[in-house]
Amino acid sequence: MRDIAVVAYAQNPIVRDAGANNEVELIMPVVKQVLKDAGLKDIHDVDFTCSGSCDYLQGAAFAFVAGVDALGAVPPIKESHVEMDAAWALYESILKINMGAAESALIYGFAKSSPGKLAQVLSQQLDPYYYSPLWPDVVSLNAMQARAALDAGVLTEEDMAEVVSRSRANAKSNNKAQLSGDYSVEQLLEEPEYIAPLRKHDCPPVSDGASAMIICTVEKAKEWGLPYAVIKAMDHRIETHNFGARDLTMSESTAIAAEAVGVKSAKVDIAEIHAPFSHQEIILKKALGLDDNTVVNPSGGPLAGNVMMAAGLDRIGEVARRIINGEAKRGVAHATSGPCLQHNMVTVLEAE
Amino acid sequence: MPQNEPEVLSQAFTLGYTYTRSTGPVVGRFLTGLRERKLIGNQASDGKVYVPPMEYDPKTAEAITDFVDVAETGVVKTWSWVNEPNEKHLLKKPFAFALIQLDGTDVPMLHMVDAGSQEAMSTGMKVQVRWADETQGLITDIACFEPASEEGKVAEKPAVAADLEPVTGVESPIYLEYNFTAGKATAAFLSNIKKGKLTGGKCPECTAVYVPPRGSCPACGVANDENVELTNKATVQSFTIISIPIPGNPIKPPFVVANLMVDDTHQSFLHIVSGCDNSDVRIGMRVEAVWKPEEEWTHAMESIAYFQPIDEPDIPREEIGKLEPSANEPSANEPSANEQPSANEKGEKKDA
Ligand SMILES: [Zn+2]
Repeated sequence: MRDIAVVAYAQNPIVRDAGANNEVELIMPVVKQVLKDAGLKDIHDVDFTCSGSCDYLQGAAFAFVAGVDALGAVPPIKESHVEMDAAWALYESILKINMGAAESALIYGFAKSSPGKLAQVLSQQLDPYYYSPLWPDVVSLNAMQARAALDAGVLTEEDMAEVVSRSRANAKSNNKAQLSGDYSVEQLLEEPEYIAPLRKHDCPPVSDGASAMIICTVEKAKEWGLPYAVIKAMDHRIETHNFGARDLTMSESTAIAAEAVGVKSAKVDIAEIHAPFSHQEIILKKALGLDDNTVVNPSGGPLAGNVMMAAGLDRIGEVARRIINGEAKRGVAHATSGPCLQHNMVTVLEAE
Repeated sequence: MPQNEPEVLSQAFTLGYTYTRSTGPVVGRFLTGLRERKLIGNQASDGKVYVPPMEYDPKTAEAITDFVDVAETGVVKTWSWVNEPNEKHLLKKPFAFALIQLDGTDVPMLHMVDAGSQEAMSTGMKVQVRWADETQGLITDIACFEPASEEGKVAEKPAVAADLEPVTGVESPIYLEYNFTAGKATAAFLSNIKKGKLTGGKCPECTAVYVPPRGSCPACGVANDENVELTNKATVQSFTIISIPIPGNPIKPPFVVANLMVDDTHQSFLHIVSGCDNSDVRIGMRVEAVWKPEEEWTHAMESIAYFQPIDEPDIPREEIGKLEPSANEPSANEPSANEQPSANEKGEKKDA
């Protein structure tokens, strides 16, 4: 795989309800921002554009097409879309560059989850014969995973509360975060259970927002004269949709992807982990092979703001941003999709 | 016109589909069994028994053909406790979602447990099937599971008609409730419609005026939030005669639906042309909005009853909706005026 540079990343403030902002109005500011940060005039200065979103979230058919209205795509551009997290739109863009079909790409992800009932909407991504007729909401499914991990002794309720406490504290320095503040483990454990064994704070907030990123070949980044972080390796693996057949207390697909990209081949300064539920960060940290020398989710992670279809791209953007700023030399970003960590992507980024 | 903050307009709606799905032989066999209040699983290459049956072996990807009858009792492997069921949940009192491993099987299945209280639930507890009063060949023919009785005996089963055809399809009704919020530009436009005024959004870059505005000039990718007041006069850009009744539409066919270009705007919208013989409607014909009585004005285009012909010369086809050459600043996007309508058709279809 060719080394590819992340040269710009922008994120809207993550909010519970974007109110009177439609998808175009959410996307325009971040697209404008990354173009400006990369010193580009307009969308025609990149070779390819790819987005990630899901129309079911806002309940508006073809909302992803309306998103293109934010770009200024006249004359027509080369454009594509994934009905997935935009981390996979980034993956498609990297394939495009590796094929030699482009030297640069703009990626964006967005969601307006506030109009719907997210936990119910997500139940409809499941097997339509065996699962979705039971309307298993996303919190209940992840609560089953948490209990499996608790029963197996993989983690404790204190461990989960510690993840939440650290996420919210880290988010204090992230002005885009939706939830932040100081909460002790004891304080969190006093909260009542929501869908047992999960408490409300073990679950991600429902979020509206958008993010965008510009990538290009390293040669192009040098030509543009931009500082950058290099995507050294990326891999993604998927497990069976039958989560009864999976060991929910671990993440086999993450472990395979982490091995494939060589996470452990050198020190990992920071990791941004797409763990929407607190217990998942512990499962994923183990699957990624990270130890306590790595700072996990310095942005606060998904527990501090979880824009569906953008939160995975955000992990990669957060790592890239810190490498470009000189805060870290090598970082790992993880993105997930599907119920209970079904599908996982691992990306290694490094300073030049 | 002063740029006031638009009011937030929202509308509750239900997005509903009933998908008709074919089951294929494996799922169909399982659902046929459920209708007869029998549990059928199948055995994979490694000897593992799956309930519900899998179509393909997760390890070898071979079709699994070896069907086996399965017990109605099993063990809870993990569970979550839903203390406050939502409106979609099938049990209307506190219950558990659980992965249940039926006796003699190797892979747990997802279902619900009605145990009465959280205290009565535990990992490893024995449960048994509670069949629905009436079965239809759906996963919900299992009403839920319940704590196993002392003897492990399931209640007497009502007789099932024996001469039914095997299940080959299911209906999957998916009805999701949303509260849709109009974007800033749309809200401003609709607020003006309610006041009996037609307004458009003007692009600060190419000066094109869009009606209705959707938040951006798709050609330039910038907000078109300068509202300009428009006349009631328009030109027919294209039209069709609807001759078949449309379900739910109160208008009796045949009637004319036209793409109308309001004067000094550059994007057409759909409305009805009436007040003349349908056969007189032609491209380039001049028309004017006929508003409903003021008390019937709402936040909707239906505030205009229809457009009717006016006594003005036709506009040549190639001039409809064109930017004035003087207003069209030199731009890299030439010939943008020709391309704008097609770029916007996507947006039109979204609302259709
Ligand atoms: Zn424009």
